[in-house]
Amino acid sequence: MLALPQTEIKTVRFGVVVFPGSNCDADSHDAVGTFTGAEARYLWHKDTQLDGLDCVILPGGFSYGDYLRPGAIARFSPIMKAVGRFAAAGGLVIGICNGFQILLEAGLLPGAMHRNQGLKFVCRLVNLRVENTSMPFTGKYEQGQIIRIPVAHMEGNYFINEAGLAELEDRNQIVVRYCNESGNAAKEANPNGSLGNIAGVCNREGNVFGLMPHPERVCDPLVGGADGRGVFKSIIISVLKNKS
Amino acid sequence: MELGTDRPAYELLGLKASEYDDICARLGREPNYVELAIFSLMWSEHCGYKHSRPLLGDLPTGGDCILQGPGENAGIVDIGEGLAIAMKIESHNHPSAIEPFQGAATGIGGIVRDIFAVGARPIACLDPLHFGSLAKARQRFLLEGVVAGVAAYGNCMGIPTIGGEIHFEDSYEDNCLVNVMCVGLVKHGDILKASARGEGNLIFLIGSTTGRDGIGGASVLASAEFDETAEEKRPTVQVGDPFTEKKLLEACLEMRDRRLLVGLQDLGAGGLSSSASEMASKGGSGIDLDISRVPLREEGMEPFEIMISESQERMLACTTTQNEVAVKNVCAKWDLDATVVGRVTGNGRLRVFNGEELIGDMPVAALVDEAPTYIVKPARPGHETDKLLPPDRYPQPPDLGAVLLKLMTSPNICSRRWVWQQYDHMVQTNNALWPGGEAAVLRLKGRRQGVALTTDGNGRRCYLDPRRGARAVVAEAARNLSCVGARPVAITNCLNFGNPEKGGIYHQFREAVAGMKEACQALGTPVTGGNVSFYNESFGKAIYPNPVIGMMGLVEDASRIRDHAFKDAGDAVLLLGAAEPAVDGSEYQLSVFGEVAGRIPDVDLESEKKMQLLLREAIIKELAKSAHDVSDGGLACCLAESAIAGGIGAVISLDEVSRPDILLFGEAPGLVVLTAAEADLERLLKLAAGVPLKQIGRTGGGRLAVTAGANSLIDLPLAQIKQAWETSLEAMVAGNGAPRAGDLANR
Repeated sequence: MLALPQTEIKTVRFGVVVFPGSNCDADSHDAVGTFTGAEARYLWHKDTQLDGLDCVILPGGFSYGDYLRPGAIARFSPIMKAVGRFAAAGGLVIGICNGFQILLEAGLLPGAMHRNQGLKFVCRLVNLRVENTSMPFTGKYEQGQIIRIPVAHMEGNYFINEAGLAELEDRNQIVVRYCNESGNAAKEANPNGSLGNIAGVCNREGNVFGLMPHPERVCDPLVGGADGRGVFKSIIISVLKNKS
Repeated sequence: MELGTDRPAYELLGLKASEYDDICARLGREPNYVELAIFSLMWSEHCGYKHSRPLLGDLPTGGDCILQGPGENAGIVDIGEGLAIAMKIESHNHPSAIEPFQGAATGIGGIVRDIFAVGARPIACLDPLHFGSLAKARQRFLLEGVVAGVAAYGNCMGIPTIGGEIHFEDSYEDNCLVNVMCVGLVKHGDILKASARGEGNLIFLIGSTTGRDGIGGASVLASAEFDETAEEKRPTVQVGDPFTEKKLLEACLEMRDRRLLVGLQDLGAGGLSSSASEMASKGGSGIDLDISRVPLREEGMEPFEIMISESQERMLACTTTQNEVAVKNVCAKWDLDATVVGRVTGNGRLRVFNGEELIGDMPVAALVDEAPTYIVKPARPGHETDKLLPPDRYPQPPDLGAVLLKLMTSPNICSRRWVWQQYDHMVQTNNALWPGGEAAVLRLKGRRQGVALTTDGNGRRCYLDPRRGARAVVAEAARNLSCVGARPVAITNCLNFGNPEKGGIYHQFREAVAGMKEACQALGTPVTGGNVSFYNESFGKAIYPNPVIGMMGLVEDASRIRDHAFKDAGDAVLLLGAAEPAVDGSEYQLSVFGEVAGRIPDVDLESEKKMQLLLREAIIKELAKSAHDVSDGGLACCLAESAIAGGIGAVISLDEVSRPDILLFGEAPGLVVLTAAEADLERLLKLAAGVPLKQIGRTGGGRLAVTAGANSLIDLPLAQIKQAWETSLEAMVAGNGAPRAGDLANR
């Protein structure tokens, strides 16, 4: 599947955090284990050790029922301190959907989420334009490539203040934007009203990435496409490059 | 409750005088209030099936693949190599009519618990919904609330909502139908029973605390008609907490994996009373319950309230004393209460204690099995007729293109995208087909096999002829599955009817059950269980009789399935089947002539079976490139939907007939539109051998053009039809009404 020997891929270790209410944990586990051949294991939200892992996935779902605010309670789970230390030490952290919301609440990524502009849950395939490929999560994509990945959320309307936005732009931290079929980040291509059609951002160092769309849902053409595989492949390549 | 009135307590709880006498006879004394409250629930129509039991026994329930038929929490069907599918459908009509969001949400919660109660992991929900006309603000409120409730609960649980249907008819204006189906996957060895066995074993109550919510849900709300007091019944609707249910699901499956459970049962209608007595009944045992141990969320609850509360997200588990600590540990891991509230006995009685004090003592058999049954003298309603309408009953409209646009914007035909985009239909990543087609198909991870699912209901046709209508509904569900290439295997049913104490309603119910039986037998799809919802009446006016069918089918190879979209320009368009469309009961009759009258054509079950067999073979052999059932809106809408889905037009030439409008828009069960590559046409026609199959046109171009002989019937740009179909529901929900043909032409 990858142009790398399977024996090497197997050495890359992913951890998928299970919070009470996570519901894309198994899908993320499958995406890594089945479609890349890397090692994936579950982490319980009360775990405090992330030793030996190369990448931590905060999966989608409704951690703590999204009660209060999505991610607002999960950020206090014991594992989040460990995730903060892991990220500070340069470990790769990806938050998908609810995982992105948790990263925002935990302050590991800048910005905040509003409820979708349409005030409804939205689940559909969207087009994304890859804005930054010089980071560990997107290296397998082409700059400006348009990929089709589904969203499924109620609170994906990304917001950040003017200064924050300028900083994101300057530092190339906007990783993916919602766009139409021809790649324009048009208003009608935005499923939730997010500022600047932002679908995913990373931290300054580029090792923490959050996005609302679900790459783990499109890793198999039988169930809707394989455009999401690039994210997991990119991570593996980046990890192996750093190991060698 | 109407305290202070002169009416006896049993009557206020919904029991008849004769039933009260019966209870006294079985107890050998008068019941106290706790016992009376419990009997009133267990002997309610909702729990006791008093009017339906004698008829339901006729349904075919056996088959080699049936591991568990009616009677348990869910039916279970073997799908080979040690795996099985659990399936069940239920109604939450009355709660949703009063409080749409919570009514629908807790409907999902209830059916999902039924599925994991048998040890299965839920993999899909399907939701058949019926409302009144969207021209009315109340109906839009109900639709928005119900869809949001389904979304809130199902999405949070991480169970994809992959199908269902929505109908709008005035008949449901004061009594919407919210049916919910859930399907789960279970290994044979993991199947759990809802039984309490082993004297001395423990009865655990797991999950949410118990409050006053939902008191009287089954007896007061589900087993009586609506009248002007409906608003006062709001407190009988429960409030859902999907987060707790998600934890409950994971905890129960973890206990299943660790073999900690003797039996598991959810608390639904009838609460603790119903769950405990059913577990004892299934285990051939008795149970002693101590209600003083039940964790409460409100102060000052009366013992009877604790026994009949329908607080959500609770399960009852039977375990051995050795496993007590392990059960508590698993529940603690998931931050759930787990309290021992009782013990299994060998005396066949449900005994209720409040601490040391015995406050209720009843034979389990009397509660569970001995509710009286009633047979009502059926009376055929006056509107039913033996004759089809004469063809000249309605004049043929001059512009059939305008009729097509009108039908494509009809709330019963237009795109449902507005609805299913609010449901997470992709989580668990198994969708081999996405919503919007004939049936949903889920692949099974690690296998080639796939599971196909559909729900179908058509109250309007059943109203005109309940027996033919029910036959047609079962046949249509099977046809939907065959259209994707799946072999129909088994059904679950949700029978929505009015007040069965009335002869007319009883007639409809009896006929519909008979029709369902005939079709299930002919098509080889046994009934695995289901639910009966009576008293769907408001102010004495009943809904259309509506047996909703949930059907499961199998495909041997999940990558070899078909959808309804035209695939390539230049393909042959073929019509499979020979049924004669009629205007009676059609969407055309309702939308254009504003009437529901006549008698629907009957389905020929033997031809249907042969036709579906051919259809599946054509798909498996990759001769058919698309398949679409001709249903609401007739042949013309069927063609338009396939053209829209594929983004390819078609040129169709039909034989000249005296009433081309009925040919195009009339309905009859038993027709399918196929497409096939030119190169495969000969093989396909040869394969058909005896099954009516004829070419009616060719795909291609950007228009839908239909001619009969030398006459052009329809010639419209596909983009215009698509626009009409795609935007209609959103416009109606916004209160703008369906877009009119004139508006569309100007865009």
